[in-house]
Amino acid sequence: MNALRSWVKSLLLVELFKGMGLTLRVFFAPKVTIRYPEENTPKSPRYRGLHAQRRYANGEERCIACKLCEAVCPALAITIDSEQREDGTRRTTRYDIDLFKCIYCGFCEEACPVDAIVETSITEFHFEKRGEQIMTKEKLLAVGDRFEAQIAAERAADAPYR
Amino acid sequence: MTQTLHELRAYWDALPPALQLTLQSIGGIMVIMICLILAVAYMTLAERRIIGFMQVRLGPNRVGPWGLLQPFADVLKLVFKEVILPSSANKFLFIIAPIISIATAFAAWAVIPFSNGVILSNINAGLLYILALTSFSVYGVILSGWASNSKYAFLGAMRSAAQMVAYEIAMGFALVGVLMASQSLNLNDIVLGQSGNIGHWYLWPLLPLFVIYFISGVAETNRMPFDVAEGESEIVAGFHVEYSGTAFAAFFLAEYANMILISALASIMFWGGWLSPFQGWHALQGTFLGFLTAASFIWFAVKIGIFLYAFLWLRATFPRYRYDQIMRLGWKVFIPITILWLVLEGAAIVLKIGPWFV
Repeated sequence: MNALRSWVKSLLLVELFKGMGLTLRVFFAPKVTIRYPEENTPKSPRYRGLHAQRRYANGEERCIACKLCEAVCPALAITIDSEQREDGTRRTTRYDIDLFKCIYCGFCEEACPVDAIVETSITEFHFEKRGEQIMTKEKLLAVGDRFEAQIAAERAADAPYR
Repeated sequence: MTQTLHELRAYWDALPPALQLTLQSIGGIMVIMICLILAVAYMTLAERRIIGFMQVRLGPNRVGPWGLLQPFADVLKLVFKEVILPSSANKFLFIIAPIISIATAFAAWAVIPFSNGVILSNINAGLLYILALTSFSVYGVILSGWASNSKYAFLGAMRSAAQMVAYEIAMGFALVGVLMASQSLNLNDIVLGQSGNIGHWYLWPLLPLFVIYFISGVAETNRMPFDVAEGESEIVAGFHVEYSGTAFAAFFLAEYANMILISALASIMFWGGWLSPFQGWHALQGTFLGFLTAASFIWFAVKIGIFLYAFLWLRATFPRYRYDQIMRLGWKVFIPITILWLVLEGAAIVLKIGPWFV
């Protein structure tokens, strides 16, 4: 009896129609694809992307050349030279991050006592010539100036959890 | 304007009748070919998008609105690629194989009736012609596999040769059932034999033969889930591994043209071709829906579309058959069932029993 039932079932293609019913249901289901340049996946405010250096509201750069980030960097991607400025404060004369060495671990940001070096959530950057991967102090400050509002908003969003 | 038309008409009438016939035939061939190639182009896009939708993704949608220009981008890419002749290949057969594939796929369309009497050559042996040409397409596959002088291509060709021969028999028997029901080999007459209403379609008395015909058609065109001839994951791409550029495009074109041909044949033989499914619904006549009862090419196109969707649906749903399973299905299941049904149908026709064959 059981054999007869399974024989009739396989002859009527029951299982096959069940499978086709599944694919037809999925055909009308909402799609998971993100249309990338127009849409983007959501990012955490802690996302670690391109680096930037921030300034205080009065325009003064935050970095005080304490070299904690250089010391903590596990990939040895950061190189810092410093000297005393005319007003007596200690400032960097050279602050280079080699983005090819950098592993985007975020330790520099954690180590920084004045929140000067940060990692933004920017992922869409590229290099066209050899040497462009070195983020100099000027480039870092430029990124920070340009995206200050976004950087500040992300820090504020993450602040309750730190 | 009318003056020039009259002049053209007079010029046309002055031509010898043989030349008129030739020109008319060439015109018809051009129209069918161009429509078919466009249909194939959009079939490739429809395949990628529909399968994408069935896999919860979108498919190609970047080239033009909704990806509508994607087929042209693909064609341009293929046309500008080099056709590589393998140094150890048999040059003549290597070139002739895709031509055979594509020629048989297109030539079969000569006897397809698009609407009542709208047919390139209304021959009385239409069904035999179709069977002959679809059998011939296996040569394209075998020759390409052999001429490539590559083991993958050869394996693919051998697999598809055995498979296509096996399913050709079941397919032929299914069409014999149609032949017995309609008493005619002329495709136009086969469709007219189904007129009346939707209950007169051969789909109902020949339901098992219809299912077997369609599944054999899928196997015959080497489509999923019977695509062991290509078997990307086992033998790279089967018989057309060594082909590139336009020669590869020819195989591609032939495969899709064959799919459309099988769909057209299935709708002609079993679904009443260009006849309307609402034919004979007198309640609809006279109302604004009256146009639905009219027989037209639109219905034929809709039915072809349904079958083509089924092709893609099968591909998206089922995994590839193992080779011995394909052979078992063809020889031990399909052929016995078709023969059994032919006997039953023959008995019904001779003894004049059943609602259909009286």
